[in-house]
Amino acid sequence: MSMVATLRRMARLMVGLPDYDDYVRHMTAHHPERPVMDRKAFFRDRQEARYGGKNGGRCC
Amino acid sequence: MIRHLPWLLTGLVGAVSLGVVAVSRGETVNALWIVVAAVCCFFVAYRYYALFIARHVMKLDPSRPTPAIRRADGLDYVATDRTVLFGHHFAAIAGAGPLVGPVLAAQMGYLPGTLWIIGGVVLAGAVQDFMVLFISMRRDGRSLGELIRMEMGQAAGTIALFGAFMIMVIILAVLALIVVKALAESPWGMFTVAATVPLAMLMGAYTRWIRPGRIGEVSILGLVGLLAAIVYGQVVAQSPVWGPLFTFTPVQLCWILIGYGAVASVLPVWLLLAPRDYLSTFLKIGAIAALAIGIVIMAPPLRMPALTAFASGGGPVFSGGLFPFLFITIACGAVSGFHALIASGTTPKLIASESDAPLIGYGAMLMEAFVAIMALVGAAILDPGIYFTMNSPAALIGTDAASAAHAVTAMGFAISPEAIAQTARDVGEHTIISRAGGAPTLAVAMAEIFSHVVGGPAMKAFWYHFAILFEALFILTAVDAGTRAGRFMLQDLMALAMPRLGESKSQIPGVIATALCVAAWGFFLHQGVTDPLGGVNTLWPVFGISNQMLAAIALMLATAVLFRMKRDRYAWVTLLPTAWLLVCTLSAGWLKLFSADPAVSFLAHGAKFSAALERGEVLGPAKSLEQMERIVFNDRVDAALVAVFLAVVVSLMVFTWRTCMASRRSPAPTVHEIPTHPVAA
Repeated sequence: MSMVATLRRMARLMVGLPDYDDYVRHMTAHHPERPVMDRKAFFRDRQEARYGGKNGGRCC
Repeated sequence: MIRHLPWLLTGLVGAVSLGVVAVSRGETVNALWIVVAAVCCFFVAYRYYALFIARHVMKLDPSRPTPAIRRADGLDYVATDRTVLFGHHFAAIAGAGPLVGPVLAAQMGYLPGTLWIIGGVVLAGAVQDFMVLFISMRRDGRSLGELIRMEMGQAAGTIALFGAFMIMVIILAVLALIVVKALAESPWGMFTVAATVPLAMLMGAYTRWIRPGRIGEVSILGLVGLLAAIVYGQVVAQSPVWGPLFTFTPVQLCWILIGYGAVASVLPVWLLLAPRDYLSTFLKIGAIAALAIGIVIMAPPLRMPALTAFASGGGPVFSGGLFPFLFITIACGAVSGFHALIASGTTPKLIASESDAPLIGYGAMLMEAFVAIMALVGAAILDPGIYFTMNSPAALIGTDAASAAHAVTAMGFAISPEAIAQTARDVGEHTIISRAGGAPTLAVAMAEIFSHVVGGPAMKAFWYHFAILFEALFILTAVDAGTRAGRFMLQDLMALAMPRLGESKSQIPGVIATALCVAAWGFFLHQGVTDPLGGVNTLWPVFGISNQMLAAIALMLATAVLFRMKRDRYAWVTLLPTAWLLVCTLSAGWLKLFSADPAVSFLAHGAKFSAALERGEVLGPAKSLEQMERIVFNDRVDAALVAVFLAVVVSLMVFTWRTCMASRRSPAPTVHEIPTHPVAA
């Protein structure tokens, strides 16, 4: 990975958004029969997962 | 041998720098000595101690599949590049704590805080984070409460969960109190912080409907909006119409924050919480990086003495002597129990290989300690007179420049009323007197450093409000997210008592839990705001005790796990910091309850005031009998809270002892690690 790509990924993961391409790769490799979320659905799903409460603890 | 040479050199540079910092008396010391000493110590500790723990204590196995491999799902469990994950973990653990504690601790001089941050993080804080990450990583990324339940039993897990909830309440109250202290009577600051709410909502709408998922884009737009709000805030503050509309008393702000917390925590997350989290996260990382660069460029001299007279107690910022109170005042940055919740949260599910764990677990905590060192440097480069003017309660120094200058000069830190008034004018505030809580002090220091690099003295007011905004922004995000997290913790606890409440179909338990959570931190916030001693003085030690107590619990879990793995001979790695934290928290808790000094002990303070109340006498700083009654009531609540914390930690000590003894009797390891073979997700 180039440095810019690493920093981009780092910034996105800092706010709880994993890489979309990784997700698609995982789904096509392991679960070709299941539906794959598009970018928008993926973004909303991850937003809910990060902020929905269970993982909501921020540090002091 | 050759490969150890550079490390030996680093160690030598660190030792010499530390020597300069520790031995210099009378002459001024440059802040860079502290920074260099810390960085060298951290590198050497990482290279040798973290690797020792990884190889010998944990016996990390790079071939063993991590949760991200075993349960890969592309969403929660994703094998992540270690640099990327380092950023994620650091952003999750670094908050307001490492910025506030060291600033408060500077009242004892810069030396005790520096030594505790460096020694504490290397032997306790980073060890705790690393051990919890390791334990969770070997158990599918489970949370701290579940880990304690697995290894030490149901009862221990429930007690720990209850303790964690109480800590959350205190943290939220203290953080909100810091915001109140920073924004009270400050129309400029209040306007910029208020402007972030509609700004975040616009950003939320943008990421929801216009360009979903474009976080970078929307954050840049948000940043432009923020800078505009800071610039425009000055105009608003000076306007005869708008200025007073954004000027609030502390009590008004307290109610605004309670209302905000209640509403914000039930709004959809994409509308307010998520977009503001983007802003606060990126601003936090940017501001920390800028501060580091600024300190290196400016290379400021330290103006605070290495040790002040307050090291032996009687300080205006917090009461009590160096031991044990320094060690609970600087919690985050040296060792923070709250990290145990983060290290058993999302991070263990993202780690790609066990060999990445030292960098993430130990390394990220060293980075946080570096942030704490910078905060300490910030407080120590200010004129000590200004520092004590900003951080002493109004009950001690009055509310106008003349009385404050007189009182602070009497403490031994000469300052003139003109200097106080000039500092306030420089940063664009009406007053800087008694702005305890760390954030405003750090903002003055950041304004000093940033304006030296960019913009000169004319930019000081801008940078001051930039720093206040950056701190308020992530504290408000923490209040919002923390209320949501607290709500789920409370629901879990209520479900244990009444299983019907745990069912998530009905909205009612959620609403009740949210209301209870807000009421709980709101109570302590209101107590802090109306406390004639300024609140931070009272609440920060309670927060420190609770946070260090959670750290002790996490380290006790780590000790129990080492015993159950039959690695008893390495248990000193966790036993040493556990013992130190137990000594500090138990003695601090004991003094807070039973010390004869009313300035330290809640019970002695309450007894003094209730005795006066019976005589019908009003004792300062109270102004009426009603205030006297409130002081007595608050003292008793705080005492009860400390007693609960002590009971939690003592009972977990018993559980740990029993677990360790049982493991010693067993000939084989009894640990509950997840077996190594992969499963399909």
